Amino acid sequence: MAKLPAKKDLLDYKYDVPVTEWMETPVDIKPGTYCYGAKGRNLETVDFPNARDWSPAEEDWKLPANWKEIILEGMAERLEKYRSFKLFMDVCVRCGACADKCHFYMGSGDPKNMPVLRAELLRSVYKRYFTAAGKIFGSLVGARELTEDVIKEWWYYFYQCTECRRCSVFCPYGIDQAEITMMGRELLNLIGLNTDWISGPVANSYMKGNHVGMEPQAIMDNIDFMLDDIQTITGKRIEPSFNRKGAEILFIVPSGDLFAEPGIYTCMGYLMLFEQLGLDYTMSTYASEGGNFGFFTSNEMAKRLNAKIYAEAKRLGVKWILGGECGHMWRIVNQYMDTWNGPADFLEVPVSPITGTRFENARSTKMVHIAEFTADLLYHNKIKLDPGRNDHLKVTFHDSCNTSRAMGLLEEPRFIINKICHHFYEMPEETIREKTLCCGSGAGLNAGENLEVRLRGGFPRAQAVKYVKENHGVNVLANICALDRASFPTLMDYWVPGVQVMGVHELLGNALVMEGECPRILDLRLEPLPEKGVTDDV
Amino acid sequence: MKIGVSLLAVTILVLAAWAGVEVLQLTTLFGVVIPYTALLVFVTGFIYRVVKWGRSPVPFNISTTCGQQYSLPWIRQNRIENPAAAWEVIGRMILEITLFWSLFKNTKTEKDEERLAFGSYKWLWLGGLTFHWSMLIVVLRHLRLFLNPVPAAIKGLENLDSFLQIGVPLLYITDVLLVGALTYLFLRRLLLPQIKYISQAADYYPLFLLLGIALSGILMRYFFKVDVAGVKELAISLMHLQPAAAAGIGSIFYIHLFLVCSLLVYFPFSKLMHAGGIFMSPTRNRANNSRMVRHINPWNYEVKTHTYAEYEDEFRDKMRKVGLPLEKE
Repeated sequence: MAKLPAKKDLLDYKYDVPVTEWMETPVDIKPGTYCYGAKGRNLETVDFPNARDWSPAEEDWKLPANWKEIILEGMAERLEKYRSFKLFMDVCVRCGACADKCHFYMGSGDPKNMPVLRAELLRSVYKRYFTAAGKIFGSLVGARELTEDVIKEWWYYFYQCTECRRCSVFCPYGIDQAEITMMGRELLNLIGLNTDWISGPVANSYMKGNHVGMEPQAIMDNIDFMLDDIQTITGKRIEPSFNRKGAEILFIVPSGDLFAEPGIYTCMGYLMLFEQLGLDYTMSTYASEGGNFGFFTSNEMAKRLNAKIYAEAKRLGVKWILGGECGHMWRIVNQYMDTWNGPADFLEVPVSPITGTRFENARSTKMVHIAEFTADLLYHNKIKLDPGRNDHLKVTFHDSCNTSRAMGLLEEPRFIINKICHHFYEMPEETIREKTLCCGSGAGLNAGENLEVRLRGGFPRAQAVKYVKENHGVNVLANICALDRASFPTLMDYWVPGVQVMGVHELLGNALVMEGECPRILDLRLEPLPEKGVTDDV
Repeated sequence: MKIGVSLLAVTILVLAAWAGVEVLQLTTLFGVVIPYTALLVFVTGFIYRVVKWGRSPVPFNISTTCGQQYSLPWIRQNRIENPAAAWEVIGRMILEITLFWSLFKNTKTEKDEERLAFGSYKWLWLGGLTFHWSMLIVVLRHLRLFLNPVPAAIKGLENLDSFLQIGVPLLYITDVLLVGALTYLFLRRLLLPQIKYISQAADYYPLFLLLGIALSGILMRYFFKVDVAGVKELAISLMHLQPAAAAGIGSIFYIHLFLVCSLLVYFPFSKLMHAGGIFMSPTRNRANNSRMVRHINPWNYEVKTHTYAEYEDEFRDKMRKVGLPLEKE
């Protein structure tokens, strides 16, 4: 982990612009702002072309001799395959509405982090090689030659975009920088330019089933630790099943929830809930990853990693799939999975065995979000809750980018939070729901070596948290995303110390009254619960 | 530089039209040949561009959702911002196209030392909307030159547009709004450092061209008072494909017309095609229903995956040891 920069140094920037035109301003690849280059062996594991070890810090990126040809052919191919790409290259009028919507721009002041300019990095090359106007008028219409420096600039800035789609909310034509970043990254992957933090998890997920590379026995060990803790907390021993054929439901989580704090507390919440419900479900060690770092490299790689979810559901003979709290996992389930690897005609339309609710909105994909599932339970009063156990927590909710802007899962988690907590405060309107601000670490950016850029990208969100902390004493940032849980603790400690990061189902686990449980004195983090009737006046 | 080049280009167009008509007497060229050519380029170019976009498929349903999804029956869906059905998509598109719905949400981020502030910022929306609607009304008003008798709807529109009853001839409100909005759109590019930084000649040029068109039109109507009857004669003759270039209309008219023709020719090759593109934007014109209805990718192809069998082969001993069920013992 890089050394933490001082706050005042990080905040020493203005929203002004360099004296040189952006095309004449060379990219400055600064330590702390980029991830290490991909390792050749990880790319080889998934048969990516031009695999090699290389370093962004060095002058020579060891590009293949015909790199330019590869990129231009790759662009031509993608322009034919994606209307979004072609259209978004053509219709931008540079009105600038998106400019100050990007958290990286807000937190760095670097104009190339304005979505419009980030897009121009690619658009300028498109114009030069694919439009008549660009070929004739060149830089007058914003066209430029494709050079090695342009490639470096692409790599630097396309891996400084979290594909959060906030800019696309405000764009009058719906231009989505996420699409452009995805195209840019696909092109870079053709010449072996990826980051270590993405290519490593991709290789892991391909071979071992999950990003963190846990083998089957490690997954079970980790869950066993959680079960021990649950026993300490509730007095009950839970015995979940793995790879069990004939279960009704296959439960898929992002592997972060199986791996490290604070994700494991969320996972404990899931396990306790399912135990209390007597749910007939199983988890898979093979399909042990709902998230998909392949999505941050190429469409094809994402599809290859995603395939195991349906494949495993089919092998195990389950009826439908339930998915845990995760951001980009849900963008993929909602907008890609069925298209890539469906039709899921071997599954049934999901029906909650507890309430009988038929999840019509998932009738083709056959995969339900746990917030939908739990909200439905709570609406029908199917579980007993003691929200007082969360009384020492003043909670705010961070909408994940993907569940907000690529799905619209806004009310379900709020409904749950309102049932399990007494103190819930929204952050300012411009920073929640479809306007939510990114954690700054999504789309494969949550590495250690680029911490500076993550702190910058997380600054706007942290500001909004700070606002509710100062005004309402908020001390918990609730969320439904594994990347949030992985990245926010560091960001909060840095920008807004004293705010803990919790998954919604961790809060639920605290409040959940289980049959035959012992009197609860500990929360899921094994910390003492506040005594009943005693208010904590911190 | 970018501004200068754009301004120069429009100035050259103005001078070319003036010299062509005034000095070289090329009224047929400027009154007949160029307008027909320009219209042809515009129509075919526009269609070509739209067809070209249309030929690339939309492989994934990538709707940008800006409100609550359709989910449980007791949760209220935001039908406009997160449409699930076709008619809801139509509603979203109508709002987007007629009211610039997304731009209306625009905010402004300001940094004050260690704080960020988000404020509402409607000026760009207002300027953009004013320009586009004024432009539409001005274009519709021009239909009076092509139609005989003038339809009541057009007359009504004119009356509405001039209800302030100022001056002779009556002042059209949209003339003022059009020039005002264009001036605003230009000034913000000139004065806001970030916007200036991202602006290209391709952004200034159409603004100057449009301003040139608007100003020459205004000069013609309110100051030089060209022979409107002659203009209408020409317009109708063009309409009936029996062109007769009328003499004595005044060169300001030809300047106006030539600038319009330049815009028509420029249109399909430029960012102005956003007019066609907005209808096709896959983040806006799709229902967020891909969990309900399978979206088909026409070029979806088989990919190599790491199968469960391969996984079990690699981890069989370890799986057996922890008691996981196996396919092959």
